[in-house]
Amino acid sequence: MIEVKNLTKSYGSFIAVNDISFKAERGQILGFLGPNGAGKTTTMRIITGFMPASDGTVLIDGLDIFANSLEARRRIGYLPENPPLYGDMRVVQYLRFVAKLRGVRRSEVEAAVEHVVNTCGLAEMASRICGQLSKGYRQRVGLAQALIHNPPVLVLDEPTIGLDPRQIHEIRDLIQGLSGDRTIVLSTHILPEVSQICDKVVIINDGRIALEEKLSELPAGTSLEEVFLHAIAKEGHLPGATSEETLEEVGAGHSD
Amino acid sequence: MRNTLTIAAKELQGYFVQPVAYVVLTVFLLLAGYFFFALLHQFDEMIQLVVMMGQADQLAQMNLNTRVIDPLLHDLSIVLLIVMPALTMRVFAEEKRVGTYELLLTAPVRTGEIVLGKFLATAAFVLIMVGLAWIFPLILIVFGNPEVGVMFAGYLGLALLALAFASVGLFTSSLTQNQIIAATSSFGLLILLYVISWIGDAGTVSGAVLKYLSLPDHFSTMTRGVIDTTDLVFFLSVILVALFLTQRSVESARWR
Repeated sequence: MIEVKNLTKSYGSFIAVNDISFKAERGQILGFLGPNGAGKTTTMRIITGFMPASDGTVLIDGLDIFANSLEARRRIGYLPENPPLYGDMRVVQYLRFVAKLRGVRRSEVEAAVEHVVNTCGLAEMASRICGQLSKGYRQRVGLAQALIHNPPVLVLDEPTIGLDPRQIHEIRDLIQGLSGDRTIVLSTHILPEVSQICDKVVIINDGRIALEEKLSELPAGTSLEEVFLHAIAKEGHLPGATSEETLEEVGAGHSD
Repeated sequence: MRNTLTIAAKELQGYFVQPVAYVVLTVFLLLAGYFFFALLHQFDEMIQLVVMMGQADQLAQMNLNTRVIDPLLHDLSIVLLIVMPALTMRVFAEEKRVGTYELLLTAPVRTGEIVLGKFLATAAFVLIMVGLAWIFPLILIVFGNPEVGVMFAGYLGLALLALAFASVGLFTSSLTQNQIIAATSSFGLLILLYVISWIGDAGTVSGAVLKYLSLPDHFSTMTRGVIDTTDLVFFLSVILVALFLTQRSVESARWR
């Protein structure tokens, strides 16, 4: 459903994303993990068509995001790092606007808005002005706008950042409830999030893919944290697990 | 087309929610009112002087159009020159700053639709502004006997001038995230178009070209009551060129 092939993005001499490739199948929830500055947001922005790659391709449902931009974009719902809310619009007003913008048919706009308001728990805040919402609700409205046109692909950039534990739990439940036929890519540096809701994990570090694996196929006995630190250490950028031990050995060391 | 109207509707609604628009409207109309009163007052004094001096034959040469409406329109054009950059500076720059630019560019909407939508909303607001200033000719019609056709031509010129200013303002707004830079550049560009004929040599081809590019010359023709296709084409060209450049500027985000 989402195919990233040899994606590279450079700003002058600085290479933000270096020849990365990964895939997300239909119905999968892919966790895009990495330390801050690894290139997660840049990759998300390229996948959704906000900025072009310096090299490589991104295919959404077989459509090239650059060559067939309009069609590809129709299939995507995107929640950027900062929810793109218009501070002076009311929540419902804003959602109606996004619905129309994203191609929801006139006659179906109201129903779509209502559905998404209920799904994201926004019923109480429906008439509030976006600028007056708390962080948690802003995030929810951001998620609502990503969902409103019922896209087959959802790209969520750090959807639970800055939320309190209860809100985090709610958003995670929400995301899990959304999967089904949808392909979801969510980027985060909160490990428990990935182990709880994702089917597959891609670890990026310093612009390169350090690991691409289904969670079910990770070595038994290893925690995601160990996997993560190991992947980072292999690249030689973080202290922690020694790179000499393989993941299997780390896992085996725990099962005693 | 539908996307264009959606964006235009949202943008226009936004104009009536932000304080900047109301301040611009108030300043414009207040100053217009002052100028109108001042000009009428001077006109009145002049008439009395002429009558007192016994030069009644001079009266035929003094009319409301040339002594009141024409200078009023020129004064208003200067007010617009100052006030339009302030109105348009946020159109694109604000979206970039707040993060909603990402929403627009990742939606399945063409760049042209975004630019046109925003322009239509700005144009509507500007036309409302100029339309409200039509109260002054109305007052003259009720109490005096001005030539309505000439006034209409003058106001048409003012409207076209305002639209040209708006399109230039939109362009500079699309170039930056910083609204002050957008406003200042817009102001600078407009002043340049105002004085561009000053360096021309009369009688040469280059001089004629510069004279053609001079905004006030085309405006003056219209305030004198002449609706010439040359002037209409000129204003439309300025608007189209500025909008085209804006579209290119917004589109370039997809290519860098």
